[in-house]
Amino acid sequence: MAPRMIRGAQAVAEAAALCRPQVISAYPITPQTVIVEELAQMIANGKLEAEFVNVESEHSAASVVLGASATGVRVYTATSSQGLLLMSEVLYNIAGMRLPVVLTCANRSVSAPLNIWNDQQDSISLRDSGCLQFYAENNQEAVDLLLLAYRVAEDHGVMLPALVCVDGFLLPHAYEAVDVPEPKEVDAFLPPYQPLYRLDPDEPLTFGAYAEPDKYMEARYMMQRAQEKAISVIQEAGHSFEKVFGRPISALMERYRMDDASTALVAMGSVIGTIKDVVDELRSQGQRVGALKIVTYRPFPKELIYHALKEMENIIVLDKAVSLGSGGPLATEIRAAFQGSPQPPRVSGVIAGLGGRDITMDTIKRIISQAQKEVMEAEFVDLREDMELEGVD
Amino acid sequence: MDTSHLFASGHSACPGCGQAIAARLVLRATGKDVIIANPTGCLEIFSSNYTASSWEVPWIHSLFENAAPVASGIESALKATGRLDRITVIAQGGDGAMADIGLGALSGTWERGHDILTICYDNEAYMNTGIQRSGLTPYDASTTTSPAGEVSLGNPRLKKDLPQIAVAHGLPYVATASVGYPQDLDRKVKKAVSIRGPKYIQIHVPCPLGWRHDSALSIDIARLAVQTGLFPIIEIEGGQLTSARKIGKKRGVEEYLRPQGRFRHLFESPAGQQELKKIQEIADRNIERYALIRAG
Repeated sequence: MAPRMIRGAQAVAEAAALCRPQVISAYPITPQTVIVEELAQMIANGKLEAEFVNVESEHSAASVVLGASATGVRVYTATSSQGLLLMSEVLYNIAGMRLPVVLTCANRSVSAPLNIWNDQQDSISLRDSGCLQFYAENNQEAVDLLLLAYRVAEDHGVMLPALVCVDGFLLPHAYEAVDVPEPKEVDAFLPPYQPLYRLDPDEPLTFGAYAEPDKYMEARYMMQRAQEKAISVIQEAGHSFEKVFGRPISALMERYRMDDASTALVAMGSVIGTIKDVVDELRSQGQRVGALKIVTYRPFPKELIYHALKEMENIIVLDKAVSLGSGGPLATEIRAAFQGSPQPPRVSGVIAGLGGRDITMDTIKRIISQAQKEVMEAEFVDLREDMELEGVD
Repeated sequence: MDTSHLFASGHSACPGCGQAIAARLVLRATGKDVIIANPTGCLEIFSSNYTASSWEVPWIHSLFENAAPVASGIESALKATGRLDRITVIAQGGDGAMADIGLGALSGTWERGHDILTICYDNEAYMNTGIQRSGLTPYDASTTTSPAGEVSLGNPRLKKDLPQIAVAHGLPYVATASVGYPQDLDRKVKKAVSIRGPKYIQIHVPCPLGWRHDSALSIDIARLAVQTGLFPIIEIEGGQLTSARKIGKKRGVEEYLRPQGRFRHLFESPAGQQELKKIQEIADRNIERYALIRAG
């Protein structure tokens, strides 16, 4: 289908509908709500056949899709910020129960202070939950990664929930040209969900049994193995995607002008668009700068990342989240990828764009020139200079 | 009578556990075409220690507070796939799960009108974690978090009226039952299953460990709760009281309270004696409210 100029929320909702979920459950939260409003309208107009369950909290939204997924149907939900945190108990549980629930997270900061704008603290906080995590640069990827996420989550070698993360407001509320594929293409790429097990009186099974210390660890080990296995499943799904839809997808990561680069910027999500513009500008001035976009954050494709970055002199990792008391979560893992290598590159970590603060091209250029002078541990960039920042008073 | 059980023996419930008996009775009444969502709690723990399970029906445990929305998801999936007609969805759990931590989620599930039978096995405290007070712990019961002491006479609050909360949601069928009256329980479960929409049954189930009574007395104690008027077993259909089990001969609350260690302190001080009068008043109010004693 030819690309259409549509709002991100509509694109994501159309993609979700193309995946033919039979149960959708959601609770309103900015900036996610625009996505499920679109889905509700499709159902109201008879364009989509699905049970839409309007719940009283995100905890229940996640619980509804858990129950429906265990009953053997494909499900969808979406959330943001506090909603994701409220879901988090359930998402850990969904992962442990090996249910391929897929949700779109319209990334938003977490309170306090209350702030509705974009960063990635919400989904990063679910780093260790067992959920697969994909980060979209633009609305085309928000669509494509959603299709990919279902295929990977439902792979019988994986069977884990997946978060498709889209930067709140910056993507769901933005109008971009998006190629939303034809139903028959999506059906070819994503066949109907084939559950391994389901709740069914004809074949009664116990789901969610408790495990004593002699068995619990094995269940968690199997989740780790499934995450590792997901790397190759994502790669295969990417190849299949390109065959079916006739266009490329960056499923694990994307190297942008990295050949002969000596400095690489590493980031996730929509900020990569701005970074690419900076790379283009600096390249035109003869600087050897490139960018590495991390698309799949869980599982963390550390070997591919290592090989993509090992020739760099300078690596600058931009996190739109912070592990308070440590530093940038992505920067920490990029550094860990080089642990023990004989001549590790210099890795700078910067924290930027929290709570919707703009990350401009100038910001990125300033970061690059500073990183060439010194290694930054976990530098908060573009802090105000007119506020007292010590103490709590 | 069919002696095979859909809730199989071999589980690790305490001797005399009212909840285990009631859970078996519920499944005997529903038959095998059910799917159960069960929150964390005693029933879940003693029946589902991986790799064993007592459940001969499809059964899912997720978390403590979400059995009702999990059941909502099951019901929605069955509806979407055209299987709801022949399958009964049950959300069942203890009083902590249903009346406290899961009440908001339960309210949402009721309000949405899902075709689900909700069952609360009411043993009047958090027994799985070691007998802490819940919203359904009765007045003056001594629990580990509402202990009787030098200046305390136990739980200072009245039992939350969850059946009336259910009625306020417009449920077509709300009932209370007791493990002490299995035929009444059987009839109510069967009736609930025959009605489409959200249904609620609260089953009073003694816990010998938490109530501190002889495990051989569970059924007697359950019956005394009904016979004293402290736990009326009733039906409310379409908002109207349609049945209330009559008390043949009124029995004083002391008969119910005395065998239970959780009320022992009431018999050991003058202040406790005064409390017994207040508990009798609670029973008397129930007797009047539900007309539990036959006129004439």
